[in-house]
Amino acid sequence: MSIWLLILACGVTTFVIRLSFIAAEGKVAFPPGFRRLLPFVPVATLSALVAPELLMPQGTLWLAWDNSRLLAGLMAIVLAATTRSVLWTLVGGFIVLAIASA
Amino acid sequence: MPLYPSAAREFRAGLLALAPLLVGVMPFGMIYGTLALSQGLSPAAALAMSSILFAGSAQFLFCQLFGAGTPALITVTEVGLLNLRHALYSAALAPRIAHLPRRWKLVLAYLLTDEAYAAIARHEASAEPGGPHRHWFYLGAGLALWSGWQLSTAAGVLLGARLPTDWPLDFALPLTFIAIVVPLICDWTMLAVALISGLVALLAAGLPFKLGLLAAALTGMALGWYGAGAAK
Repeated sequence: MSIWLLILACGVTTFVIRLSFIAAEGKVAFPPGFRRLLPFVPVATLSALVAPELLMPQGTLWLAWDNSRLLAGLMAIVLAATTRSVLWTLVGGFIVLAIASA
Repeated sequence: MPLYPSAAREFRAGLLALAPLLVGVMPFGMIYGTLALSQGLSPAAALAMSSILFAGSAQFLFCQLFGAGTPALITVTEVGLLNLRHALYSAALAPRIAHLPRRWKLVLAYLLTDEAYAAIARHEASAEPGGPHRHWFYLGAGLALWSGWQLSTAAGVLLGARLPTDWPLDFALPLTFIAIVVPLICDWTMLAVALISGLVALLAAGLPFKLGLLAAALTGMALGWYGAGAAK
């Protein structure tokens, strides 16, 4: 498959997902089981993306205090929980990353 | 004195609500641009993907899968699963824009991202009840992210290998995701989903074509689905 077709296929898939409930509102009822699943989807996929970034920054498990990405990630988790601010989470995470990897 | 904010004021509020998120998104957009080229995508394909797919983490995944010679079906499946979370945002936004004409629904669906949804959800939780022009807020937030993403990915494609490699710009996206996920963890089930998904992602990291991500996300969703059923 050419790369353009592949990009288009991924784009259409994503757009259909984004449009799903917006287009179906008041017309089609989704099964309740699917609605029950929905709240967990962002947490499951984003946690699956984040965990290896913190604990396997170089491809293998690195569970130690000199792993600067792990420290920065922990700081970001604390800041996200306390401030709920994206900006402070980013700033705090990058400051810890800079200090820990210096 | 109007009772509700005007369309222009809603639009501007949407832009401003999204602006802080660009701090994390724009460095990642630049990284995406350089990664796309390094994985063998043409500059045109890399830029077009930012408009056609318009999903940072999925574009990143796409490039990694493309570079690894992944079969097309696996690529589309993984990108679809990674973006399945947008169905939640779609469900949340649907009743709020049900009254709008179809062209608005298509545009707002296209602009629906983690960041836009995060800005919208926070605004809805804190601001005065939405007036007749609230959809302009959604459009402002969506367009702010869209513009920032197109500009930063173009910068990444243009600068390419000239970006300093010792800057950990790629770390901006995990930090942004942490900022989005942590406030969503409101009970024990949600915490268990986050921990198990992360754990499976680590355990299955060795699988080819990033299938570990698929396994981790599916395991977490199944756990949440089961937990939510058991809690009833």
